[in-house]
Amino acid sequence: MATTAHSSSATSSRRIQTQLWSVLQGLLVPFLSVFTAIMVGAILILVNGRDPITAYEGLIEGAFLEPRGLLASFRNMTPLVLSGLAVAFAFKSGLFNIGVQGQLILGSVAAAWVGFAFELPPLLHITAALGVALLVGGLWAAIAGVLKAYADAHEVITTIMLNYIASNFASWLIATGSDGSRPGPLASPEAKLDAIARTPEILDSAKLPVIYSVPPDFDLHIGVFIAILASVFIMFLLYRTTFGFQLRMNGHSQSAAEYAGVNVKRVTIMTMFIAGCLAGLAGGIQTLGFNHGYEGNQSLGLGFDGITVAFLAGNNPLGVNAAAFIFGAMDSGTKRMALSADVANELIQVIQAFILMFVAADQIIRQMYRIKAKPGSRLALGGSSKGGEN
Amino acid sequence: MDVELGVAIIATINATIRFSIPITLGALSGIFCERSGIVNIGIEGMMLMAAFAGFMTNVALSEAGVDPALQAAAVRLGLSLLVALLTGGALGLLHGLLSIQYKVDQIVSGTVINILALGLTGYWYKSNASTMGKMQNLVSNPFTQDGSWKLSIWDNFSFYLPYDIGRILFDKDLITYLTLALVFILGWALYNTTWGLRTRSVGENPRAADTLGINVYRVQYTNLFLAGMLAGLGGAFLSLAAVGVFEQNMTNGRGFIALAVMIFGNWRPWGALRGALLFGFATALQGQLQQFGIDLPHQLVGMLPYILTIVVLAGFVGRAQPPAHAGTAYEVE
Repeated sequence: MATTAHSSSATSSRRIQTQLWSVLQGLLVPFLSVFTAIMVGAILILVNGRDPITAYEGLIEGAFLEPRGLLASFRNMTPLVLSGLAVAFAFKSGLFNIGVQGQLILGSVAAAWVGFAFELPPLLHITAALGVALLVGGLWAAIAGVLKAYADAHEVITTIMLNYIASNFASWLIATGSDGSRPGPLASPEAKLDAIARTPEILDSAKLPVIYSVPPDFDLHIGVFIAILASVFIMFLLYRTTFGFQLRMNGHSQSAAEYAGVNVKRVTIMTMFIAGCLAGLAGGIQTLGFNHGYEGNQSLGLGFDGITVAFLAGNNPLGVNAAAFIFGAMDSGTKRMALSADVANELIQVIQAFILMFVAADQIIRQMYRIKAKPGSRLALGGSSKGGEN
Repeated sequence: MDVELGVAIIATINATIRFSIPITLGALSGIFCERSGIVNIGIEGMMLMAAFAGFMTNVALSEAGVDPALQAAAVRLGLSLLVALLTGGALGLLHGLLSIQYKVDQIVSGTVINILALGLTGYWYKSNASTMGKMQNLVSNPFTQDGSWKLSIWDNFSFYLPYDIGRILFDKDLITYLTLALVFILGWALYNTTWGLRTRSVGENPRAADTLGINVYRVQYTNLFLAGMLAGLGGAFLSLAAVGVFEQNMTNGRGFIALAVMIFGNWRPWGALRGALLFGFATALQGQLQQFGIDLPHQLVGMLPYILTIVVLAGFVGRAQPPAHAGTAYEVE
């Protein structure tokens, strides 16, 4: 009895060990990618005649050590978790959602509209505003899904076009009319004076509750918890539901999914819809928690950052949280870095581009650090969805 | 109405041409990538980076103390243009390295180039850089308004002939004429040269091309280099000819519009020019709407080309026929 109990616990601990080992191995390439990208950044700092150590000290201090810096990292990671999820989730089905930007913008505007135009009790108001943001983002993305399913229009191009349509539409909604044209239907009446196009400020009942404030002007809102919850939900949806199984099967091989009786058209549309919901939610949270209204350009680049975050996380919904935190921290540390070492903010963007490059071309990292490739460990995406066309 | 309609029309035509040049070049870039089987959404980044590199070369050569022989307009701008072209070409090769050598998803590789270009140009951007000048017009208008015949159509609506025609045909820079020439040359070459045939066969069926002894990767790398240079020429047009200075994110989505135009033109150079003129016209019109007394929000007019692209792509009008093998990595066996 005693021996069997002993041996079974030994095998289970060995299993845990091998599992742990494979998780660590999975983290190796992303970790080395970030590290190498930061080193490339250091070279760029040196090329410009600045001191990389001072710069990165400033970055770390600004991102983690100052209380408001750390809180800002959490706040910045919030929309990135959701935009990263919006990309990663679609990837799992073999779809490349480059339209996060547009979905996010429309979600932001929609949340702002519900936020200032209706008077509702606090909790209901927030729920309604986020719900509408989610729905608008989802329906916008579903257009690309329908076009893919029924007209075979590639989602990369349609989502890029939808981004431009969305951003034009949003800037019309909030146009100040300072150029002599009519002000947009959602423009703030005061916007004409300060020349920044924006909606009126949302009512207090629609603002996300603040968890922690640092005087004079820093608030951390509860959005980060909503984002993390969303990642758990997406994890569950992908790996514990029939729909998630069908979605992943579609991502591995569309023809196999078809043979297995999966309604590929429905899965494609639903995938885009849910991905869009996540992006819309990101926009809604930005509006209700941070901007308290929609301002043109408030979400510039968040959509594309989502792609990098998703890749860094290996498209793992829970991993997206960690990747988004790293990116959020980089964003909150840049100001300090720029101040203390006179290094332009855009360095972070360069580092992020290299992170994406190294994570995607993991062979470079494997060659550089002499890591043996694990069979089947390469990210399966893009190519897998197109495999059926050959 | 106190606006001279004739003047507004000529201005719109000229603006249409000006807006359509970089888009045409971007679309040509896209065509030569996709025709050889590589999707390139990094055109935006290639343009931006080339615009920056060309401009910074112009700035460096304009500094005091540089050999005056290098500062002569033709040499200085020629070298700047060359650097812009090579920068674009280098990014084309990077796209090839990532997507062919390292088998990175082509969309991801293009995204890397876009983010990298935005980051690097922002990082090295200098706000107060100055140059000795941009490209001048190649041929100036030989006609004058005084010596022209006034064609009055209505009150406040008249043209001066041939002066107004001259304003459209002349007063343009080298890159504008070069672009038009490239559309014809590349359009011809794609269908009438060995290179063109190889390009199309690699994009349609790389396995068959490989079997026939065509070096698939070499065709792809060559085309990516060429495509990078075409995008680079588009960037150079912005920073060396049209605007004459570099501004952060100055391409402002033109590389993505170029993709739309490429689809619009059904992956053909001649079609790309037509598509670019349509997009250029929509952009020009946005700025001129009030001149024509049309009370439509320009943002909504600005949405039209993108909606049209989706309509074309979805096959509601005509049928988009992308190269069969664009987007998938090919592995030589």
